[in-house]
Amino acid sequence: MTNINLNDDTAVVIIGSGAGGGTLANELCQKGIKVVLLEAGPRESAASFQNDEWGSFGQLSWLDKRTTSGSWRVARDFSGLPAWICKTVGGSTTHWAGASLRIQDHEFKARSNYGDVAGANLLDWPITLKDLEPYYAKAEDKMGVTRTNGIPGLPGNNNFKVMYDGAKKLGYKDCHTGRMAINSRTRDGRTQCRQLGFCFQGCKMDAKWSTMNTEIPKAETTGNLDLRPGAHVLTIEHAKSGKVNAVVYVDADGNQQKQKARIVCVAGNSIESPRLLLNSESSMFPDGLANASGQVGRNYMRHMTGSVYATFDKPVRMWRGTTMAGIITDESKHDPSRGFVGGYEMETLSIGLPFMAAFLDPGGWGRDFCRAMDNYAHMAGMWLVGEDMPQETNRITVHASEKDQHGMPVPNVHFSDHPNDVAMREHAFAQGRAIYEAAGANHVYPVPPYPSTHNLGTCRMSAKASDGVVNKNGQSHDIDNLFVSDGSQFTTGASENPTLTIVSLAIRQADFIAKQMSMKAI
Amino acid sequence: MKQASVNVDSPEKFSRRRFLKTGSGVLMGTLIAGSGILATLAPGRTWALTMSAMTEVEGGKLLNVTRGIFPHDTLDDAVYALVVKDLDAAAAKDPAIATLLRDGLQELDNLASGDWAGLDYLARENIVIKMAGTDFFEKIRGTSVVSLYNNEMAWAHFGYEGSSYETGGYFERGFQDLDWLPEPDADASPAKA
Repeated sequence: MTNINLNDDTAVVIIGSGAGGGTLANELCQKGIKVVLLEAGPRESAASFQNDEWGSFGQLSWLDKRTTSGSWRVARDFSGLPAWICKTVGGSTTHWAGASLRIQDHEFKARSNYGDVAGANLLDWPITLKDLEPYYAKAEDKMGVTRTNGIPGLPGNNNFKVMYDGAKKLGYKDCHTGRMAINSRTRDGRTQCRQLGFCFQGCKMDAKWSTMNTEIPKAETTGNLDLRPGAHVLTIEHAKSGKVNAVVYVDADGNQQKQKARIVCVAGNSIESPRLLLNSESSMFPDGLANASGQVGRNYMRHMTGSVYATFDKPVRMWRGTTMAGIITDESKHDPSRGFVGGYEMETLSIGLPFMAAFLDPGGWGRDFCRAMDNYAHMAGMWLVGEDMPQETNRITVHASEKDQHGMPVPNVHFSDHPNDVAMREHAFAQGRAIYEAAGANHVYPVPPYPSTHNLGTCRMSAKASDGVVNKNGQSHDIDNLFVSDGSQFTTGASENPTLTIVSLAIRQADFIAKQMSMKAI
Repeated sequence: MKQASVNVDSPEKFSRRRFLKTGSGVLMGTLIAGSGILATLAPGRTWALTMSAMTEVEGGKLLNVTRGIFPHDTLDDAVYALVVKDLDAAAAKDPAIATLLRDGLQELDNLASGDWAGLDYLARENIVIKMAGTDFFEKIRGTSVVSLYNNEMAWAHFGYEGSSYETGGYFERGFQDLDWLPEPDADASPAKA
């Protein structure tokens, strides 16, 4: 175990160990750069993960106080839980389902391709698919994504069979078991998937890629990583020059510490990252760090989501096997004739009986609710995930009076659907229903969005400093040695599950940081 | 310690084998067998619910309120009793909840213009429904939505199989055993390794 002194000001300090922070840490360590990796949560493992939905939820989730506002239904159904993301070493890569899709070329240029959508704050990314392609390739290899690098697809489960049958009957062309960062064969020292059906609860086989079971242990073997679980960051400090120079945190024993830093990379997800920048206000930066544009916390995106569950006369037993077992990509194109811009993916999704009760119809009860639950074993399900519109008013702010357990202002998550999001969801619900009815469903249940798992935007990349928070390398427009390294960077949301892009951006950012350090530019 | 004997009139049998396997689990620690439920693998007849803050009569009534909110006609009372157990624990911790529950039960009698508990199953349910949206109803609904569905008896009843790691996942145990639809193309769903 490597110990980097608190007064050592030569290291890169990364806040958050998920897809962005965990990957960035390993990439830097492999290049010989010393990294302090601060993770608010504890370190779990395949051995300690639980095949138990509520038990695992308590073990892995970020449950610190948060507040909500806006017209989204999550604010009503789950007012203190806007997001279903993790506080543990590996962050939400312990919880994710594994879908690894590249953002499409046209989605990187959303403003150019979708036009001026009223009420939306669309912008083209300052990078293109071509810029990111080499990094996507590295990420897919690193993560062992099926259907890339000669890795076979996963075998489809019962839930997939139902989706596939309906998709074919509807004429969809592209339906398969997905590009998944789950081993279909033993690879990279990790075994193949045994179809446990608890991808969301942390993979007990280590068949699913996470930074916990790959990037972080690999970084540790370099001798360059000082991982500190239970380190909850309060603020980032800066010198008179305006450069950041230290991170203040509460350690696992409850003691406040200050770690000096040459570079600080924020990767706490799209709620905690802007919260931290805003809570780090100073007389020099009264609106928070990196916030000269006023864009920190704005353009919060969570993907257009929804689910469709359906019951059939005969059993499905959808919980058997991978949680996200297949995908239909036909609707992820941009085709405004459908009544909205952007597109969406349809991905099978299974939740167990305990979570079905909580999510099928939040607040629901009575005979209709019970009838659906009575047919749980005959149920198939899919998740709908599409591009939502960035809106300046959808934002993370810090609460004026509510404080967390460390006395820091809690984040408020404000979100309202854009009319484009609503139109897309209605279309997706109708298509999901049609798929299941084609496969013989006797009843279809459209299910409203769960607490957000894809939290994006809030520190977005932009070519011009006035439009966003970071540049095309994730470097703050305002402060050269302050980076954002997670999904907060996303300029727009695109229709794909974001993890592969977060990992690719982290690999790319590591190259940039290493070069800048060697040039002594930062 | 007060005990309430509750007559169980649901005939449905759940998987005793599975239930027995988890003898150290939820039910064992929660309910006290009245007539050898754990020994005989039969949840039917009678069992005893250990109450602390609420009375035995109140416990029986709360069980039937829960049945009214989540009316799974064939789900054994023993599962509903787990909700009552959690409500009782909450009431023991917070007197305001005990008051909320007692007042709610009184209101049911008011709505029934008499003895709500003496009505038949559907009549009781129809009066419970009138309480929808009240704090009393929401307390029981919110407790139930977790407690009622997060136990191995319920899983056995609904056919959910729970933890799979111990049995090696479903790779060799039916993750693709659905046989009433055509098999997907091999391109779409490659054979398992």
